[in-house]
Amino acid sequence: MNGYRVQLLARYAELLGAEELAVDLPTPATVSMLTDALRALPGGSALPAQPVLARNLRIAAPGDLIEPGDALALLPPLAGG
Amino acid sequence: MTSLTTDPIDPTALGALVIRPDHGAVTSFTGHVRNHHGGRSVDRLSYTAYPEMAEQECAAIAEEAMTRWDVVVAIRHRLGDLVIGDIAVAVAVGSAHRAEGFATCRFVIEEVKRRVPIWKHEHYADGTSAWVDPTAGTERRESEET
Repeated sequence: MNGYRVQLLARYAELLGAEELAVDLPTPATVSMLTDALRALPGGSALPAQPVLARNLRIAAPGDLIEPGDALALLPPLAGG
Repeated sequence: MTSLTTDPIDPTALGALVIRPDHGAVTSFTGHVRNHHGGRSVDRLSYTAYPEMAEQECAAIAEEAMTRWDVVVAIRHRLGDLVIGDIAVAVAVGSAHRAEGFATCRFVIEEVKRRVPIWKHEHYADGTSAWVDPTAGTERRESEET
């Protein structure tokens, strides 16, 4: 198991009550394994089935592999402008 | 060029950044905070971002536009607490002629809205607030403002 640090932005930080969380996952891990783990946390059930995750500042697909040192961030639907 | 700012946006200063001696046009767009959304009366709002990615995306959008058209592009997006009428976002495009200026300006603001990780929290006149979710209507989070 390895620890993955993930940033939570905007509404998702409120839902999960934290701006950053550490999640233990087996290696190798995928984006969907991480988002499933987040959905299982208190408050996480309000997340969409496949919330958008940025890996190293780029949107990742659910099947993409992640590594413990990656910059990971869970992004609510964008509302800039 | 940094695109995110917590300071008020000066569209004239932004336009000055994109004008060149061979340019005959500066085309600009400013998006302002309005006092209503979804039939509700909005008092103020706050913007928050994933700053590292937002800066990267703004730079990529400007670069894409300057590859596609012979233009110079500047983008500013405000973060933090804004009141009605404040400029939330500004785009300035310097170009030789107006046609590519208007086309670029439209492209840039649409891409900013589509790709830049920024979020808007609206505070309503009735004391409640909500995160704006353009994909599903407004996710209302009832909360008393103090």
